[in-house]
Amino acid sequence: MAVFLLRRVLQSIIVILLVTVITFGLLRLIPGNPAIAVLGPNSFRNPAAIRQFDQQYGFDRPWYSQYWLWLDHILHLDLGFSWKLNQSVVSLLGNRLPKTIFLVGISTILALILAVPIGVLQAVRRNKMADHFFNGFSTLFYAMPAFLLGILLILIFAVKFPIFPPEGPQGEGLGVVFTEFNSLVLPIISLTLVTIALFSRYMRSAVLDNLTEDYVRTAKAKGASERRILLRHVLRNSLIPIATLLGLSLPAILAGALITEAVFNYPGMGYLFYQSALNTDYPVLLGVTIVVAVATVVGSLLADIAYAVLDPRVRYVSQ
Amino acid sequence: MSINTIPPELPDPDNPAASGLATVTHVPQTDEAVATGLLPAGKPRSTFRRGLEVFLENRLAVSGVIIFAFMLLFCFVGPLVYHTNQLRVNFTDEFIPPGGSHLLGTDASGFDVLGRLMIAGQVSLEVGIAAALLATVVGVLWGAVAGYFGGVVDASLMRCVDAMLSIPTLFLAIVVVSLVTPSKPILILVIALTSWLTTSRLVRGEALSLRTRDYVQAMKVMGGGSTRAVLRHIAPNAIGTIMVNATFQVADAIALIVALSYLGLGIRPPQTDWGAMLSDGIQYVNDGYWWLIFPVGFAIVLVITAAIFIGEGLRDAVEVRLQRR
Repeated sequence: MAVFLLRRVLQSIIVILLVTVITFGLLRLIPGNPAIAVLGPNSFRNPAAIRQFDQQYGFDRPWYSQYWLWLDHILHLDLGFSWKLNQSVVSLLGNRLPKTIFLVGISTILALILAVPIGVLQAVRRNKMADHFFNGFSTLFYAMPAFLLGILLILIFAVKFPIFPPEGPQGEGLGVVFTEFNSLVLPIISLTLVTIALFSRYMRSAVLDNLTEDYVRTAKAKGASERRILLRHVLRNSLIPIATLLGLSLPAILAGALITEAVFNYPGMGYLFYQSALNTDYPVLLGVTIVVAVATVVGSLLADIAYAVLDPRVRYVSQ
Repeated sequence: MSINTIPPELPDPDNPAASGLATVTHVPQTDEAVATGLLPAGKPRSTFRRGLEVFLENRLAVSGVIIFAFMLLFCFVGPLVYHTNQLRVNFTDEFIPPGGSHLLGTDASGFDVLGRLMIAGQVSLEVGIAAALLATVVGVLWGAVAGYFGGVVDASLMRCVDAMLSIPTLFLAIVVVSLVTPSKPILILVIALTSWLTTSRLVRGEALSLRTRDYVQAMKVMGGGSTRAVLRHIAPNAIGTIMVNATFQVADAIALIVALSYLGLGIRPPQTDWGAMLSDGIQYVNDGYWWLIFPVGFAIVLVITAAIFIGEGLRDAVEVRLQRR
């Protein structure tokens, strides 16, 4: 177990280092001179100012030295400075990230609560009406782009029947998500539906796999009721992959959050990222990319560890 | 395959063939009877025929093919039959409701929506399909090389894949798109270069098992090189997995280009695609111009659903082939 853990952690660190290399490569691909971009288009008339800027931010050094400097900054939680918003990327994220975590957290929990029973029901009633119904439902929301779903929700619940506001809660700080909870309803529904479509398919196939296992036959032979088999045996074993599922779905959920935030003008990290792409605000774009990548790597690492802890078979293999 | 080197993969419902996990699949009753010896086996059929039969029996897959073919015809042949002005802005004709000479009405610039749906669909479908094909080629080569050579080559190639996979495709695509001026070829390139990763993982898995097969070993004894092994043996034998994956790639690529264009980061005016049309239409959400939103939304969902149905049907068909092996 310890060896397994150590190897996985090392692997994750290597992957994160590679991510920083890729991100730095993208940074170098940016067309134009950073000094002129910041100091203004007329600054080329003032080479002294450009030289001073380059010196101050290390742009006069060779690329490997720049990479090292940049890595050093990241390790000290300095993700750069957004000259367009005149704020450091970390302070921007400090404001926006909690909102995204809140939105993603609530939607994921809701999706889990709904997707597990749906998946079990589908597996038990395989190829019957209920299965076909939810299959159609999950395929539809899986195929429907997240922004289209958001638009439809706005059309129905904000324009046609004005029950909820069409925009997410605006304003600074995390407090607004509580004071303006009404405006959070549609974004949450939107992201939850997308996530349910993702989860219920896994749940259905996990339960189906478990239903054919030997222990189900044994339990049946011992006279256990269908209900007991389902709840005590099958459901328990089918919940194990949920840990992995949660970890590995993080990229998909974050992408869903980006779109949802863009559609509902919800000022989270995804919206910040989207706005930065429109404004070509590279420090923010790359800062968010690194945060998202680290979250994904840590998510899949935690998923693996949880899987090893929950499923004894994995531990035996690794020993 | 020890758990130390490969993180436990999820039972992927979209690809049980690749994960190697047992799944319940639909097997035609007569074949079952033949297999168990209840019925006398007729003339042995080729695995291709059997796969085709399974595919054709899948009603969803067949309707997927029909819908996809219809949408291709609609977008590429439609404009030849249904002539509309899509070049000259005409403000006197703006926001005409559906009916009469404009079957689906007109938009803010006076363009006929039905005709616009066709030319916009051309862009979405072209970019989606081309990007999926390119992604498949890159992914297959990368994965086949990694799996075939193994060792250090495998480890370094796959760690690169891991690193790129840890940046969600949408985020990576948005960063790259913001670095360049998006045009059709560039968007194809960006989407392909951000979505070949899962393909390479699948093909690597196949290559790992294929390279130990007798026929590959025999070819090497006869003096065949690595290039020949990868191109002539590894890649063709993984064709089933690759085809299934390519179909899902088409669905994903169309979804991605539409999302990018919706966000205003994809196709730029005067060109348009379904995502851009939707983003134009949503501006008039409070004016009740439903024909600017629903037809294009419907087209997007229809095409992506059709591609997913085809992919699922192909997967079932390929599984029959795998069972035979």
